[in-house]
Amino acid sequence: MTQALAALRAFIVKEFQHILRDRQTLVILLALPVAQLTLFGFALRTDVRDIRLAYIAEAPDDATAALRTRFARNGRFTLVDVAPTPGAIEAAFRADRADVALVIASGLAERLRDGRDAELQVIADASDPNTGATMQTHVVAVLTGWQRDLLPQAASGGIEPRIRMLFNPTLESVNLFVPGLIALILTIVTALMTAISLSREKERGTLEVLLVSPLHPWQVIVGKVAPYLLLAFVNVVSVLVAAWLVFGVPFRGSLVTLMAGSTLYALVGLALGVLIAAITSSQLTAMLAALIGTMMPSTLLSGMIFPIASMPAPLQLLSSIVPARWFIDISRGIMLKGAGWTELWPQFAVLTAMFAALMTLAIRRFSVRLD
Amino acid sequence: MSHVPAPTSPARVAIRVDDLTRRFGDFTAVDAIRFEVASGEVFGFLGANGAGKTTAIRMLIGLLAPTDGRAQVAGFDVATDAEQVRRRIGYMSQRFSLYEDLTVRENIALYGGIYGLSDADIAARGGTMIAELRLEAHADELVRTLPLGWKQKLAFSVALLHGPDVVFLDEPTGGVDPITRRQFWELIYAAAARGTTVFVTTHYLDEAEYCDRVAIMVDGRIAALGTPEELKRDFATDSLDEVFVRLARGTGAVA
Repeated sequence: MTQALAALRAFIVKEFQHILRDRQTLVILLALPVAQLTLFGFALRTDVRDIRLAYIAEAPDDATAALRTRFARNGRFTLVDVAPTPGAIEAAFRADRADVALVIASGLAERLRDGRDAELQVIADASDPNTGATMQTHVVAVLTGWQRDLLPQAASGGIEPRIRMLFNPTLESVNLFVPGLIALILTIVTALMTAISLSREKERGTLEVLLVSPLHPWQVIVGKVAPYLLLAFVNVVSVLVAAWLVFGVPFRGSLVTLMAGSTLYALVGLALGVLIAAITSSQLTAMLAALIGTMMPSTLLSGMIFPIASMPAPLQLLSSIVPARWFIDISRGIMLKGAGWTELWPQFAVLTAMFAALMTLAIRRFSVRLD
Repeated sequence: MSHVPAPTSPARVAIRVDDLTRRFGDFTAVDAIRFEVASGEVFGFLGANGAGKTTAIRMLIGLLAPTDGRAQVAGFDVATDAEQVRRRIGYMSQRFSLYEDLTVRENIALYGGIYGLSDADIAARGGTMIAELRLEAHADELVRTLPLGWKQKLAFSVALLHGPDVVFLDEPTGGVDPITRRQFWELIYAAAARGTTVFVTTHYLDEAEYCDRVAIMVDGRIAALGTPEELKRDFATDSLDEVFVRLARGTGAVA
């Protein structure tokens, strides 16, 4: 056993030498997470901030002026002047001068005085449906607030939902992306790098020499995996620190649980990388297989960007075999909701089962040696 | 036609191959070959591409399971005692075994560690090896920067680092000039003189002349086996080249 450990040590030392000597790759691996975080944090936003509102009063009076002030002071809106014709509104959307239009029929002040219904129309540019819907919601929210102030007595009789957005009250999309980003980065460092490093040995013929040596396949695999596991750990910590410093992303749960989840997910990725290297014959194929086979599903099918609930049933089913989906449940649960073992054990169980299955398959592929 | 190998006492047999066969589907790559290699012998294994020599050597070093027959290397069965065999053999593939992005010393430390040598052993044997190869000035340089001939000599010496009983060389001298090849063979002789059995496959027939005995494979079978002199005598020619060409064409020996 001590001899097996000494051999393993020699092998791991060599793996670190490879990684440390390939400076370019190392710099990319260390800088990538923070760069991606910045990119996702600043660029990939689904929350809507600066809404250009075409405020159109067919006949301006006291009431329309008061409402206009209300929108102007809200902070979320920039008011744009557009002529009160349907053609002008469409033209403003097409020229990208306005995002949403509010049209107020004439006689608003009079109608309010008489206790009649006010006639308002909200028109949104829905070429991007999500953004359109969100902007409309913001406009309606201002209108609702205005109505409540105007008619406090009327609200007491009807149903008035008080909506509270839990866990992400300011609806910051960066809060949603950071936990997903950890999944993506772990996938790159583990699956992709292991697949490349192992298939490089295969391509250069050094793997053959290792398999002729007394090293066991498990020693080769552990030796390959250990350095990248460490690197993955460093990456998770750097993303968490950067997310907290730059974006103030909350961290509500236990760091230990998140690290345990990250380690488990990293192991799944590493096993996948080993398996990819075992079944592909060149570095290039292994790289493509890792990119398409792990990165794409990790981004598209994991719920990181597109909610799983809005996918068609076959894709929802497919997403359940994507490890990232389960890990993102874990990381979002811990970071945003403060969830712990009690809530997340099923996800841990699924990832453990995936790791066991993939590793068994990978070791079996290697144990048949080369043929 | 083929020579029966000189009888050797069992204790001194380094490789014993008995009806070793490997089939891939309907295709028989190695067809019931049998031969013995004595300890300290330099045994050349020749054959055209596709004759089955790579398949044969892969079975001997435990990279491929035999379909039929048996093979013993260093006293252990390659199919049932692969682990014991692996500890007692060295291997140098045609693509080397060295890592180009590691230094000479780091490569030595790696293989020493894998084969279970202690740090002190690695330092001592590595030092001797570097001195013998006259690599003192380059010991801490990346292997990538060494000329091809040096890499090959270093790869061979590294394959011998743990003192194997048998060393397998798969076309070790591809792509180098005859002088470097000659120097490489001096290393092989030195190893054989210390008692290491050398099993070498080659394309170069001038190299076959350097071997104690030569086996020539044609279509999965051993078509001829003997010392270079015996083979030339049997085929009534003065070049192994001629022997090889006639075997490959199937025109056989002169009666």
